[in-house]
Amino acid sequence: MTFNGILQILLFFGLVLLLVKPLGAFMARVFNGERTFLHPVLGPVERFIYRVGGVDPNQEQHWTTYTIGMLLFSVVGLLLLYGLQRLQGVLPLNPQGLGAVAPDLAFNTAVSFTTNTNWQAYGGESTMSYLVQMMGLAFHNFVSAATGIVLAIALIRGFARHSMQTIGNFWADLVRCTLYVLLPLCVLGALVLVWQGVPQNFSSYTNVTTIEGAKQTIAQGPVASQEIIKQLGTNGGGFFNANSSHPYENPTPLSNLIAMVAIFALGGGLTYTMGRMVGNQRQGWAIFGAMSVLFFMGIALAYPSETHVHPAIEKSGVNIAAVADPGSEQAGGNMEGKEVRFGIANSALFATATTDASCGAVNSMHDSFTPLGGMVPLLNIELGEVIFGGVGSGMYGFLLFAILGVFIAGLMVGRTPEYLGKKIESREMKMTVLALVLILPLSILGFTALASVHPDGLKGPLNAGPHGFSEILYAFVSGTGNNGSAFAGLSANSMFYNITIALAMLFGRFLFIVPAMAVAGSLAQKKIHPPSSGTFPTTGWLWVGLLVAVVLIVGGLTFFPALALGPIVEHLQMLAGKVF
Amino acid sequence: MFSQLRPAIILTLALTLITGLIYPLAITGIAQLLFPGRANGSLIVRNSKVVGSELIGQNFTRPGYFRPRPSAAGAGYDAAASGGSNLGPTSRVLIARIDSLTRAYRAENPGRPVPIDMVTTSASGLDPDITPANAEFQTSRVARERGVPEDAVRSLVRECTDGRQFHVLGEPRVNVLRLNMMLDDRYARH
Repeated sequence: MTFNGILQILLFFGLVLLLVKPLGAFMARVFNGERTFLHPVLGPVERFIYRVGGVDPNQEQHWTTYTIGMLLFSVVGLLLLYGLQRLQGVLPLNPQGLGAVAPDLAFNTAVSFTTNTNWQAYGGESTMSYLVQMMGLAFHNFVSAATGIVLAIALIRGFARHSMQTIGNFWADLVRCTLYVLLPLCVLGALVLVWQGVPQNFSSYTNVTTIEGAKQTIAQGPVASQEIIKQLGTNGGGFFNANSSHPYENPTPLSNLIAMVAIFALGGGLTYTMGRMVGNQRQGWAIFGAMSVLFFMGIALAYPSETHVHPAIEKSGVNIAAVADPGSEQAGGNMEGKEVRFGIANSALFATATTDASCGAVNSMHDSFTPLGGMVPLLNIELGEVIFGGVGSGMYGFLLFAILGVFIAGLMVGRTPEYLGKKIESREMKMTVLALVLILPLSILGFTALASVHPDGLKGPLNAGPHGFSEILYAFVSGTGNNGSAFAGLSANSMFYNITIALAMLFGRFLFIVPAMAVAGSLAQKKIHPPSSGTFPTTGWLWVGLLVAVVLIVGGLTFFPALALGPIVEHLQMLAGKVF
Repeated sequence: MFSQLRPAIILTLALTLITGLIYPLAITGIAQLLFPGRANGSLIVRNSKVVGSELIGQNFTRPGYFRPRPSAAGAGYDAAASGGSNLGPTSRVLIARIDSLTRAYRAENPGRPVPIDMVTTSASGLDPDITPANAEFQTSRVARERGVPEDAVRSLVRECTDGRQFHVLGEPRVNVLRLNMMLDDRYARH
């Protein structure tokens, strides 16, 4: 580890911290239906959409109506994306003449982008036309992110309201989030990215004769407009196969910093929105604090791990030390699958951030990380991607952990648990446990077990030994967690993986959301009890510590056996000098 | 439930139009106006021919040139099939490749440890850069093959070295394509 590396990590976190309040307060205004400085421009657009869609933005919805609206919207979007991919060959904006996407791959991709996962069993530049990238994939990058955010807002309203049957209007929340929150930030961000070198054109791929006379075909496209929403909406689906390691997606250290900050920006901001909406900012900062502790734990393991390599490589006469002497600088460390401009610190940091959140963009290949370095992304996703998390999904996931936290605290002192003035009773606990402790582990471990014994599953891994198992585990962790990053050596574009991973993505998204919304509906009906001397305070460091422990214990106990079979045993074998 | 079908369909279409068509077209228009070179891929034109992109690495194998990192993109630096090797840390294939490349480089420049980026593939397979350590390692070979003093080559490397952005961000790096083109301009190959 170098001083500069640590400095860059702190600088990144400092920028995220600076954005929490302005973004969080702005989102609170938008979702309370208040006027913002953008209304003179976007207000007419908003009202026009309501008029043609037959939406009354002031009509409040019961949690079931809200959830059904969300589900219908997702189904329509999923079908549209499937259709676009299948018809790609006859649609315009396809200069490379790419043909229809195969049915199983098109289904997998449609599910993947609808669920905010952006798992990619294809290479972008060799599979998708510009039209499908823009109207199919980028559209979902916007609305799946907006869907996540509005669901979090609905759950927060459940806490903030009392004695009410309704939690807001899904359509109004969705339109407002897309127009006022996502779109303006994307316009700004996309132009900054072009300035740094990200292409934005509709040209056909450039044919080049290189200096040595070889032929090179350089893929082009409207990259910048898609790149920024990919990060800001924690989607993560790359325009190109190599994702954010591709010099066109992520050309400079500054574009890399923007990408990482964008991944955390809205997730971090939502903690402030939550504090504002429940009328106590300290509640929001406590959650921000717990998320930050978990983030630093991840990077503190990933960064030093990546400065090491297999002992056989060290013996072969390679220099892996970080060198700062002018004229012969190098980052050193495990550079397989990493870019020179990012080095070790920014690669480890990106890998940590993209899996803390449910982004899944990568600027280095996680498959080639050291065993412990690669375990950090795995573990981050297994903990439920609640460390800032997917936009919205991190927040509602973390609120369920908070419910679990007060429940455990309540058990210790023998009182009915309360959170934000709401009594947590049997119904909320059942729904919370269903989502956190049952559905996620069942999907991840169930599918991994199936793929580890099924002949079609065993055809997938590229690497032998425990690392091959890690590749399979990572695929279902990433799918269920709606992350989308991969140990990309796995050959995932097969009927077996396209279908199983698509199911994992659907379970992880929708079977999680329905119980979470049931909690929202049930909480909104309850009265708010003013805190008494017996109430467990959910603002101080004791609470932060408890939250961190609950997240680690639930995630750790559930997934430790699987991690022991993958990265942990591989780490021990590597130290012993074994190869596979 | 059916009353919700209308907004589901109409909002999908309306938001597709706004985020999937109007937004990228508007960005393209502004980008082409403000930053035409970058929006079109930072292409380098020589004698009215496109010879590459400043951002996309290309392969160099002939004597007298600095070599880029090994590439796992297609058959090597295939800019229509980006990607990494995805070989794991305990992979026999990875360690054998690193070992054989290291041996070859050590023969060229005996007694010096080989910088790790010389023998590892990048994530994109299109990494345009090498580390300054890597460039320094290759300097004596390139100078010998071109028949020019080492210090002359070294000063060219300095010119092509980008430090950390704003003195903080990223890592110092040398753009291989820019460096080799500058070599060709100043010192013809023998």
